[in-house]
Amino acid sequence: MRSRSVLTGALLGTGSIVGGLLFRRRLARRRERVDVYFGDGSMVSLTRMDEAEPFLRRARRILELAG
Amino acid sequence: MDAPAALARLRDISSQVRAAVIFERGGKVVGSTLADGERAKQVAQESGDLLAEAELRGGDGGSAEFAQLEVVLQAGSVFVVRHGDRLIAATTPPEPTVGLVFYDLKSCLRDLDEAAPAKKAPPTRQSPRPKKKSDAKP
Repeated sequence: MRSRSVLTGALLGTGSIVGGLLFRRRLARRRERVDVYFGDGSMVSLTRMDEAEPFLRRARRILELAG
Repeated sequence: MDAPAALARLRDISSQVRAAVIFERGGKVVGSTLADGERAKQVAQESGDLLAEAELRGGDGGSAEFAQLEVVLQAGSVFVVRHGDRLIAATTPPEPTVGLVFYDLKSCLRDLDEAAPAKKAPPTRQSPRPKKKSDAKP
């Protein structure tokens, strides 16, 4: 009986940790950002608000115009 | 392939692209999936501004040439891809398959680029010769 409840607790604990990790990963992927790629193969990812804001503003306008 | 045909093909092959505008540096619209020409012009203008912002970030002193960009928003993504002097701006729903969208947009610009010189060449080469042969027979 006791070992069963321990197992249930362990399973619940593991499940919530995995769920939390997946949720955080998904949230991070959906965070607003800008990825710029250049001809020499380099890439710049702008995630800080002050850097990304001029791009985000224009992109919002484009989405609005494009419907 | 002209711009409307290239855009029609893009819509056939890519279910993720909602709207697309092909334009030149300076904002001249070459083709668009948008029915409203004024909106297409504004999209080209805003995308040109995105390009200008992006070019400032190239390399250490902005030296690397811009190739493509994606702006990820909660409401969807905006893509801008360059091929020579032509650019295409496109919108997609949230969380698109980024690599595929870039590939499809680049293919669209290449289709347009390859077709442009082929259209002008044939008439000057082909028209005089067949006429002479048909004149000689009867």
